[in-house]
Amino acid sequence: MNNKINFSKFFNTANIISLLAVLISIFFLFFKGLNYGVDFKGGTLLEIRIENKNIQIQDIRGSLNMPELGDVNVKQFGEKGDFLIKFEKNANKDEKFISELKISISKKIGSAVNFRRVETVGPKVSSELLKQGITAIALALGAMLFYIWIRFEWQFSLGSIIALIHDVVITLGIFSILSFEVNLSIVAAVLTIVGYSMNDTVVIFDRIRENLLKYSKLKTNEIADISVNETLSRTIITSLTTLLALFSIFILGGEILKGFSFAMILGVVIGTYSSIFVASPVLNYFKVTQKTLLKDDDI
Amino acid sequence: MLSFTKIKVLFIYLILISAIFFASLNFKNNNLIDKNVNLGLDLQGGSYILLEIDTKPLISQKLQAKVIPIKKLLSENEINFKDFIITKNNITFTIDEEKQNKFKNLFFKQKDNVVNNFIFEYNKFELDLEFNQDKAFIQFSNFGLVNLNNAALKQSIEIIRRRIDDVGTKEPTILQRGDKRILVELPGIDNPDRIKELLGKTAQLTFRLVSKDDGFGSEKLILSESEEELTVNKRVIISGDNLVDAQPQFDNQSNQPIVLFTLDRLGAQKFGKITTDNVGRRLAIVLDNSVISAPQIREAIIGGTGTISGGFSFQESTDLALLLRSGALPAPINIVEERTVGPDLGKDSIDAGVFSLIVGFILVIIFMFIKYRIFGLVSNISLIANLFMMVGILTILEATLTLPGIAGIILTVGMAVDSNVLIYERIKEELKTEKSIIHAFDTGYNKAKITVIDANVTTLIAAVILFIFGSGPVKGFAVTLGIGIVTTLFSAYFIARHLTSIIVLNDKEGKYFKL
Repeated sequence: MNNKINFSKFFNTANIISLLAVLISIFFLFFKGLNYGVDFKGGTLLEIRIENKNIQIQDIRGSLNMPELGDVNVKQFGEKGDFLIKFEKNANKDEKFISELKISISKKIGSAVNFRRVETVGPKVSSELLKQGITAIALALGAMLFYIWIRFEWQFSLGSIIALIHDVVITLGIFSILSFEVNLSIVAAVLTIVGYSMNDTVVIFDRIRENLLKYSKLKTNEIADISVNETLSRTIITSLTTLLALFSIFILGGEILKGFSFAMILGVVIGTYSSIFVASPVLNYFKVTQKTLLKDDDI
Repeated sequence: MLSFTKIKVLFIYLILISAIFFASLNFKNNNLIDKNVNLGLDLQGGSYILLEIDTKPLISQKLQAKVIPIKKLLSENEINFKDFIITKNNITFTIDEEKQNKFKNLFFKQKDNVVNNFIFEYNKFELDLEFNQDKAFIQFSNFGLVNLNNAALKQSIEIIRRRIDDVGTKEPTILQRGDKRILVELPGIDNPDRIKELLGKTAQLTFRLVSKDDGFGSEKLILSESEEELTVNKRVIISGDNLVDAQPQFDNQSNQPIVLFTLDRLGAQKFGKITTDNVGRRLAIVLDNSVISAPQIREAIIGGTGTISGGFSFQESTDLALLLRSGALPAPINIVEERTVGPDLGKDSIDAGVFSLIVGFILVIIFMFIKYRIFGLVSNISLIANLFMMVGILTILEATLTLPGIAGIILTVGMAVDSNVLIYERIKEELKTEKSIIHAFDTGYNKAKITVIDANVTTLIAAVILFIFGSGPVKGFAVTLGIGIVTTLFSAYFIARHLTSIIVLNDKEGKYFKL
């Protein structure tokens, strides 16, 4: 990996693509919105296993034809005979409702039903969880901003935050476009992405800072180029090992972890890209040079 | 960076060995040290139930109880009043303006005040009094409301604990969450419906006479067995508070399940008097605004024991007895969140999680070995040590391992090699300009140090925030991610570095240095 790649040549093109991707994501987030799971929307989620494997999805749908449930969503989940059911009603003030539903379903489809997982969230709790999730992500961004500001200069801090927002917005944008469900574990994934992307950016920034002090004559973009190249093999290896672990969760870790690992995979790819093509050019836009570092040190 | 004192080496491996020891506790039963990693509800199966108390009815009930003392206070002190009105949230009445100060002084008397309790904890009164011309307004002060709420929550937790203990679930967790909520965790239960029903019942039991005319002091209630509408006197003869015991039994004659109750001394006296005076009338046994049964009083009941029959199944009589024994909740309780995982899904999740962990681990190990050869091996040994230390620390902390927690471990495996990669890549660069191998390793480790720390701190920040804001399984992810960062730093900077130093110092020819 000794061959030098002229990354800065692609900076402008990459920035336009990034900007477009962010705008498209915002457009989708704004007009289509996210497909919130019961954690954030309230309602009930059932993971069921039907003893008779020949029961079709439309039979399940038919058995749930009850107006009091509200909007009902049924889908195949993992193995044959396993289904995921979501509807608007929650068990608040009606403790017997879940057990009654179980009897009703098994009677209507004529097969024993095992409720493997039941999640029911009231409207108050779900809106609190959503608020908590947003606060957590905002707080994480703020904490990162602060940490980089202390460890580096404000230009670096801004550069890394722009990269982070870029990652979070595009990841959520893709979730919106694909209508993937957003639940509590996706918030965990987004926070981990923030941590990972930051980690990646810091490694490159560290090298840029070091090289800024080493070469006083070079332009910011040239420094960025050298630094990205020097750290490139590390960037690729770490992304690869992390992706190896994530793909093994995604493929083998079971249905429940699918959304989580999918978000993480997206995040790792986008985060790696943004460290090189978003965070580094920002330094150039702010005209970060050796003077910026030295001036700051004097204060 | 390559030299290690003997004592340092000793400490490093002592820590590692003790971590392996603690990790191994999970795999066999050990009576000496009873520590192991707890499995979260999503892995072992069980129910997570979040309850919220609704204090609104309690507030009006408590306000209602203030009516007689207030009226008494007014008349005892010869303060004239009229238009006495009580609503859900306040009491209003008209009072002469020149008497207002006198009433105010009485109302806010600190000592021996039977109307308005002084809350020492907050140094405030429980009730507020305001005048508007000749009108007086009385309502609970904010401190009074907080006090009422806290007392109700504490009492509810106590009663819920009694109910759950009575059912006999293993290792339930019952905790206060915020100022209105109670978290109940029931590991390993298959069917939470029965417990949910028991938790949701207020179980306010009252014995009241059925009245002949539906006047002001009575209300219409439904007899649950026959759906007959009864006019029941509002005056309570005895309530569930007077009960000292309740047990399910079978009736001698009909062989129907019934509940046998025992009253305390005061309750027995009252009950005896009322039943003596009202032979022939019907007595309504009311539970949470519905009449369980309304038998005719055939003779005076003076023994302080009685039975309730209401066409129960045995299960129903058992549950009713349990509810009566545990006492009534001070306020209604609602389920606001429930998450239940069946044991078979939990087991599937463990299997899938552990399998993907092993596969991910092997992939990373193979990759690192191919990339860095002998140093990849060093990195892999430190990765294994890392895994043991993570499990060891989870064991020492008796942390709860959840499915996202397993994902956190896998992710740590993927990201842990980062520290070693950073260091090795740095050493590689140093080797280009540096002739002395030892020197290159030394500067490599030194220069990479800042970057490694910076990079890990950022992930640690994310983990801490997730731990604070996350709930349930997600918290488990934050725990493993956070612990993973600490063990990663330890294994990269102590274990891997020590192993590397052994290789470097023994390899005079430099045959291993094709990183």
